[in-house]
Amino acid sequence: MNSRYRIRFSKLGKIRFTSHRDVARMWERALRRATLPVAYTEGFSPHPKLSFGLALSTSHESLGEYLDIDMAEPVDVERIAARLDPCLPIGLDVQAAAEIESGTPSLQQVVTSCTWRIEVVGLGPAELAERVDGCLSADSLVVTRERKGHKVTDDLRPAILSLEMVDQRAELVAELATQPRGVRPSELIAVLASQPDDELVEGHVCRLHQWLSTDGAREEPLPFPHRATLAPHAEARAS
Amino acid sequence: MTSIWTQLEPLLARVQKPARYIGCEDGAQTPVHSDDKVSWLLAYPDTYEIGLPNQGLQILYEIINERDDAIAERTYAPWTDLEVLLRAHGLPLFSVDTHHPAGDFDIFAFNLSAELVYTNVLNCIDLAGVPVRAADRRPEHPLIGAGGHCTYNPEPLADFLDFAVLGDGEEVVSEITEVVGAWKADGRHDRRDVLVALARIPGVYVPALYDVTYLSDGRIESVTSSVAPIPVEKRTIADLGEWPYPKNQLVPLTEVVHDRLNVEVFRGCTRGCRFCQAGMITRPVRERPADQVRHMIKSGLQRTGYDEVALTSLSTADFSGIERVVADTAGEDNVSVSLPSLRVDAFTVGIAAQIQKARRTGLTFAPEAGSWRMRQVINKLITEDDLYGAVESAYSQGWRRMKLYFLTGLPTETDEDTLGIAELARKCVEIGRKYHNGASVTVSVGGFVPKPFTPFQWFGQNTVVELTRKVNLLRDALRRDKGVQLKWHDPKATLIEGLASRGDRRLGPVIEQVWRNGGVFQEWSEHFNLGLWEDAMADHGLSADWYVHRHRTEDEVLPWDHMSAGLHKDFLWQDWRDALAEVGLPDCRWTPCYDCGACTGYGIEHIVASAAPPAGGSQGTGQLVFLSSGAR
Repeated sequence: MNSRYRIRFSKLGKIRFTSHRDVARMWERALRRATLPVAYTEGFSPHPKLSFGLALSTSHESLGEYLDIDMAEPVDVERIAARLDPCLPIGLDVQAAAEIESGTPSLQQVVTSCTWRIEVVGLGPAELAERVDGCLSADSLVVTRERKGHKVTDDLRPAILSLEMVDQRAELVAELATQPRGVRPSELIAVLASQPDDELVEGHVCRLHQWLSTDGAREEPLPFPHRATLAPHAEARAS
Repeated sequence: MTSIWTQLEPLLARVQKPARYIGCEDGAQTPVHSDDKVSWLLAYPDTYEIGLPNQGLQILYEIINERDDAIAERTYAPWTDLEVLLRAHGLPLFSVDTHHPAGDFDIFAFNLSAELVYTNVLNCIDLAGVPVRAADRRPEHPLIGAGGHCTYNPEPLADFLDFAVLGDGEEVVSEITEVVGAWKADGRHDRRDVLVALARIPGVYVPALYDVTYLSDGRIESVTSSVAPIPVEKRTIADLGEWPYPKNQLVPLTEVVHDRLNVEVFRGCTRGCRFCQAGMITRPVRERPADQVRHMIKSGLQRTGYDEVALTSLSTADFSGIERVVADTAGEDNVSVSLPSLRVDAFTVGIAAQIQKARRTGLTFAPEAGSWRMRQVINKLITEDDLYGAVESAYSQGWRRMKLYFLTGLPTETDEDTLGIAELARKCVEIGRKYHNGASVTVSVGGFVPKPFTPFQWFGQNTVVELTRKVNLLRDALRRDKGVQLKWHDPKATLIEGLASRGDRRLGPVIEQVWRNGGVFQEWSEHFNLGLWEDAMADHGLSADWYVHRHRTEDEVLPWDHMSAGLHKDFLWQDWRDALAEVGLPDCRWTPCYDCGACTGYGIEHIVASAAPPAGGSQGTGQLVFLSSGAR
């Protein structure tokens, strides 16, 4: 009988330029190096039983990534971070780990929204504040995109759960829904660029939290533990 | 300037696969530059995915960084999207380790494994802010060097390289470091001083110190030098066991080719395949001690977390005791072993069963030619029974598809030989169908390019028209065979490979013009542009036909005659005559010496643990049994 563990980790610094698939391979190698008893699938091409949460776009950072691992035998949760951290590349760090029930639904299913910190390049703080107000006061924000040759129209407004500026900088903190119609940070930027000739570009983007709702209450799949507040050098080390 | 990272970072979000440019691999070093250290920038002039796994570059990276008086970093050719951004923002090419500008290094050295990257070399030099022509460089510019198999004929790049190295790099990089270090300590005055000093190092060729004269018919009359040696002899390390590198193989963060642990089990090959430059220029055979191989596999897997190890060499099944090493490794948990260069005559059911224990990796065999006659000409002495035996072993052990590599355009090739490829492929599928309904083979056909320092160096390459006709013959023959998938290398690219392979220094302006007109990444089919090459050849009054398709005579001075791979030219000529007479030559590892020159000239020998060839097949003898007792 396998035991399942959930790990929360950060992805910061230069490593943010790697892809979601790259990160999956880094974990496979790290788990082998740490000689943790990962369970493997059966068959011609056995591979470790890992399940990742929502994909993070290449070049975005994160303080809240998740991974579920099936182990062939129980392991000491307290030791998981200590075993894995030296085996992970610089920029990937374990923040928390916990045993979860093996029937727990997958992260893709249960995560309903994410909080992002988004740096906006190409607009002063005052102008950005106006755009944010406009965005929040709109009843609907309809966008059209091409999908398989057909025009698809979506209203993004319901997916923008919260949106505010950080201090007086051109930086936003936004909570964006991931379902039923999720909104990506780049789509939010596109909405803010009200005129087509606006040259708004996303700068640094960092996923701060992933949220799931249980009986109407919002909570994280694994809370960010206090003892593990991000070391001040972590970001510097990673870049 | 020390690092351009802060300027580079915003650009990376706008390019494809930005992980190519960040470094951060496990095993990467971030050395500190200083005036009293010689700094090397080791470059692979193709994309990161192709270049990173290159073992030669990784070996030198470690050896140089172990020295107190030197540091080494790495760089790769930036893809065209980043190149545009770098040029638009006035940023130079950089190292991936510390993002240090390429032009600030003392030595900027390229690995040359394939000819079509030559224009990328020029592009990298230019992106570094360094004049592409050696003659235009000043003392403050890096010394531009090159190593790798293509440097056995460095002449097409003579205008652009300050120096080239022939042979194994393990020892010579230290000697070069010392010469450049002394020049640097002395104030780094005249570039010619350091070039003359470099030319005194055995294995180092400085093209600017040689004069070439030509006959009226265009052939070379002579190559002379008043200050530098003729010939330049290749370097050879005597014992691979003394060089257990790389000790910390780089583990990239993003996907690359050959993304696995690689352990080199021996260097050199004496099978004597006449088309194979690697087998001729890397002699003699030097096996790594089996215990060291085991240790490198075990510690390498532990350190890297890889679940696949490749045992690399030019013909891995020839390694003494290969079955034991494979069995020991495949016994580990979920570790798969791949043997990239497998001769079919040594692929037994035993090996087939072992390597598929954990996971079935791809399986490739290289019969190279479609008929026994043709294989005698090229001295790839494997019989059809060898091939079918190997194929049967594989299918019976659960493989459902495999790849077969062939060459076309070989000397004396007839349509019957070419069509033999289709026949072999068809029979392999037939064997496979005994085990699985969906059994299939992929046939990959490349046009043959004659290479320097091989018996075929005198042979006129097939034309594009002829190669295309042969590929079409095969396409027609295999049209109805659902189980055979045919792939082929673009004959137009083969033409340019042939041009660069046996060209001389008159091609310099051609390469420069192709590059100036935007011809980079020519080894990528989406970028290859034959028109650019044809125009440049015409503009400089040169004929591709003369360079590529012309048969050479015994008395012709070849552009690489002032280099030496240790091989006697009369040995190569005799082997060429033997090829035309369809005479095969057994492997000298286990038979008497043919005096090719590779051992005797350098006072070194084959290092082979087993006195008898490995079990199975015809063992390159052309006869069915050639086993002494206890050959296992």
